[in-house]
Amino acid sequence: MASPTILIPPRHYLNDGYGVASWLLTRDHKRIALLYLGAVTFFFFVGGAFAVLIRLDLATPAGDLVSDETYNKLFTMHGVMMVFFFLIPAIPSVLGNFLVPIMIGAKDLAFPKLNLFSWYIYIVGGLFTLYALVAGGVDTGWTFYAPFSTVSSTTNVIPTALGIFITGFSSILTGLNFIVTIHRMRAPGMTWFRMPLFLWSTYATSLINVLGTPVIAITVLLVAAERVFKFGFFNPALGGDPVLFQHLFWFYSHPAVYIMVLPAMGVISELVAAGCRKPVFGYPFVAFASLAIAVLGFLVWGHHMFVAGQSVYAALIFSILSFLVAIPSAVKVFNWTATMYKGAVSWDTPMLYAYGFIGLFTIGGLTGLFLAAVGLDVHVTDTYFIVAHFHYIMVGGTIMGYLGGLHYWWPKMSGRLYNEGLAKLSAGIVFIGFNLTFFPQFVVGYLGMPRRYHSYPEEFQVLNVLSSAGASILGVGYLIPMIYLMWSLRYGRLAGSNPWGSVGLEWTTTSPPPTENFAETPIVTWNAYEYNAPVEGHVA
Amino acid sequence: MLPEPAHPQGHGHAHHPALAHHFDNLAQQGEASTLGMWVFLVTEVLFFGGLFLVYLVYRSKYPEAFIAGSHELDVLLGGINTAVLITSSLTMALAVHAAQTGHRRTLIWLLIATMVLGAAFLGIKSVEYYHKFEEHHIPGPGFVFEKEYFANVQLFFSLYFLMTGLHALHMIIGLGIMTWMLVWSWRGIVTAEYYSPIEISGLYWHFVDIVWIFLFPLLYLLGRHG
Repeated sequence: MASPTILIPPRHYLNDGYGVASWLLTRDHKRIALLYLGAVTFFFFVGGAFAVLIRLDLATPAGDLVSDETYNKLFTMHGVMMVFFFLIPAIPSVLGNFLVPIMIGAKDLAFPKLNLFSWYIYIVGGLFTLYALVAGGVDTGWTFYAPFSTVSSTTNVIPTALGIFITGFSSILTGLNFIVTIHRMRAPGMTWFRMPLFLWSTYATSLINVLGTPVIAITVLLVAAERVFKFGFFNPALGGDPVLFQHLFWFYSHPAVYIMVLPAMGVISELVAAGCRKPVFGYPFVAFASLAIAVLGFLVWGHHMFVAGQSVYAALIFSILSFLVAIPSAVKVFNWTATMYKGAVSWDTPMLYAYGFIGLFTIGGLTGLFLAAVGLDVHVTDTYFIVAHFHYIMVGGTIMGYLGGLHYWWPKMSGRLYNEGLAKLSAGIVFIGFNLTFFPQFVVGYLGMPRRYHSYPEEFQVLNVLSSAGASILGVGYLIPMIYLMWSLRYGRLAGSNPWGSVGLEWTTTSPPPTENFAETPIVTWNAYEYNAPVEGHVA
Repeated sequence: MLPEPAHPQGHGHAHHPALAHHFDNLAQQGEASTLGMWVFLVTEVLFFGGLFLVYLVYRSKYPEAFIAGSHELDVLLGGINTAVLITSSLTMALAVHAAQTGHRRTLIWLLIATMVLGAAFLGIKSVEYYHKFEEHHIPGPGFVFEKEYFANVQLFFSLYFLMTGLHALHMIIGLGIMTWMLVWSWRGIVTAEYYSPIEISGLYWHFVDIVWIFLFPLLYLLGRHG
């Protein structure tokens, strides 16, 4: 552990230039990661504010708090903010930006200017969407189903669509940057199969970003164009087909789920190896499982449309393919569990999040199998069962992974240690609050409560009150880390280069790292996670 | 007169002025930019792919309407434009070769030729657009089409304007990139050692050209002989 004479390095990326311009014009991937950290945190709390209002409204069956029209806007803006401005960018653009170059021993991403440009694109897209919010909101649901979004809705569809269109390019360019960096910038000796698994999952995510995001870009562009020019592609009155919109939308938006959860899986691989002091069991299987999820993820979009009038044969094929995604997902869960077996399992905060992820992702994944089954899906389509399922993946998976990763690498990013007691407490609060919020939704959904309604029959009230109570606990669990992480920036103990005793290139450099990451380019002669056989210069 | 190259050779490989600090050498930098452009073009394929999908769906749903719409397009102007664009790809390919071999004057002239051809394409395209405007074939409330299949012909023209319009936008961006490359070539930043900017701009230009190679038969030719 930490030796008593830890000093902050005299020169690091945080003191290499002060002032606003040194941040807003930086090309350092680590500073850009922090710019993203600030931005995604902002959008997370904006999206969270809508969730608070939704849960408050649902505390009573009559929907006393807001009108039904306002309620439509609330769940739409919650979805848009959380999906496009938090869940999709969070782990790649914060942890990915910070770690990808360091983990492969490079000085920066392949295209540093493009990286900064991506952040600005993200901000501009966010401003468009915030404008839509301030100008009165949008009520189509985050799914923008036509022809409601293209003909009927009178709310701010165009600025929201443009915001998503613009932000999409930030995803594309970040993915492009990662792909090129991982291909071309690896340090001598850093072969593909020596890379940390976080990089495999980031690479797989980037592939989806590059292949899928342009399709949602053209889709939302078509929605905006339909509203302006009355083209009628999705308007049956003009010969268009609304189901075509759903195909285009889900061709991206199902893979987008893997854009959200694959990076979290990569984080969990790192946390489990470090927390159990063992190599990840079956490294190549976990690595290829990421690629398999990325590929299969593109072939299952039709399971969102079992009730949309697609042919029964298409539904059967999409159903089978959806079941197939369970295989690589389960490979990961089994391999993490096998890694823990007989490992020196730790109870540090990052590991708590990893345990949380594995449990919650398993529940989310298994209920996903329910939904891949055509017959059962027809029963629960558009109920709270769906809402609970995807929140187990997105919140229980992605946010658990994100918070776990943030805690694990925080000492590297800031050079300081946070308050471990408070961190453990809030990890527990998040876990309890999450389950109390979303588990009742499985039940209430299975009993038949539809999603996207602001009032409901009285017999559902108990479960809804439980859910709302859980949400307030969850909110507290998200606020506490904000406080102690900020606190640690000033008052936290110095971390030293390797507070966890982990292996991996990022722990060989100082905390915080120098601007060029390493004093000299490392030469890699070891595999990832060599906890059993420490290499020279790698004090485990 | 051409200005002297800004960065004479023999300056030492380690300190080539175009080498960014995070790359080991120009070869690695060039490979990274080329791969980056290829990945970007994959993105572009998927972007246009969405529109091609919409085209295929409605063409198979309303074949007669699409043929009727196709008859309204000017094959002669479209054909000339196809020839113009293919020629511009030739001059672009030659420009990349001139950059690789360090023939700066040839490179500059070939870039200018590429830009002139690109601008000619856009000029002819605007003439076509103007004709469609005169004939009230712009989709929307003012759309007029004398024959049958009113609504579905409008779908054809919507796709025509969207697909060719998006293509034209890519041409305009391409002209911007070419202007930039022209300045760099003029200033001598592009050398036989550091020609990857010209090479990847060429990749982009050829891609936009290839999109048109698909657009032209799909929109102008398919089903006309019937």
